Amino acid sequence: MSSEPTDRGLAFNLIVLVGGLVFGVGLAVSEMAKPEVVLSFLQFEDFGLVFVMFGGSIVAGASFWLLSRTGKAAPLTGREYARRLKSFDRNVLAGGVVFGVGWGLSGICPGAAYASVGIGNLTILWAIGAMFVGAYAQALWRQWSASDAESAATTAD
Amino acid sequence: MLETLFPNGIAQYAIGGAFVGLGVVIIYVGTGIIAGASTFLESTWSYVSDLDRFQRRKYVASRDWRVVFTLGIVLGAAAYTYVTGDFSYSTRVEPWRLVVGGFLVGVGTRLGKGCTSGHGVCGVGSLSQTSLVNVATFLLVAIGTAQLVFAMGVRP
Repeated sequence: MSSEPTDRGLAFNLIVLVGGLVFGVGLAVSEMAKPEVVLSFLQFEDFGLVFVMFGGSIVAGASFWLLSRTGKAAPLTGREYARRLKSFDRNVLAGGVVFGVGWGLSGICPGAAYASVGIGNLTILWAIGAMFVGAYAQALWRQWSASDAESAATTAD
Repeated sequence: MLETLFPNGIAQYAIGGAFVGLGVVIIYVGTGIIAGASTFLESTWSYVSDLDRFQRRKYVASRDWRVVFTLGIVLGAAAYTYVTGDFSYSTRVEPWRLVVGGFLVGVGTRLGKGCTSGHGVCGVGSLSQTSLVNVATFLLVAIGTAQLVFAMGVRP
């Protein structure tokens, strides 16, 4: 991974663009780009959203499963096909809780928010702006708490 | 029974979900990268912020294609809406809910290492235990929050 260049060329960017386009079409078709629809799911008025998330994960998961068994590498990067596995720690739980409160309050998550701009819902820019502020706030807070722990450790020595 | 659970049918949900998955597949097959939507929030900060966390290599190295991916999502949704011809939708969810909720989503997704697409679609598709725990957590909490806000009379 560290050998991958930052500037990756036309074919790479084209495939990312096409993938993004299809992804965005999906969020528009499923109406997940509308916070009202997400809220009606969370309020048990319409369970259709189950099909969006699990439909998506079955399609994506099938390709992960098939390709990661070939032991081959992707043509445009040389990156080996693997599944998405992340390590577990307390932050995964804490982040899930905070994300859940935010999602339940607003009915919007990052991908759906971008798609919502595409369907003409400019009001959603409030949510996107706030997401950027939230991402900045957690970075600042984590950097502070890390340097606190560091200086505490230095003092202890 | 089905009409109670799915008053608007299931076709658009299932088809939309398949497209979301297909978008992930296209990028994965070509590049081996499993793209989530929320890393964009941090990688884009790396253009303008000197914070060490944003300047980590994984953000700087991926920030350009993540902009392309996000643009694709916006344009894909716009293309579909252009075909249907209806750009009149604007959410009626109260702005304070969007701002407070959006802020918490921004904090939570970065703290928890992913969002509805990264954990929900890609992580669950990978049968990652970390993702399954994260998704179960945010689903339960989101359901509780939405029901509570609804019970308090906020519409929408």
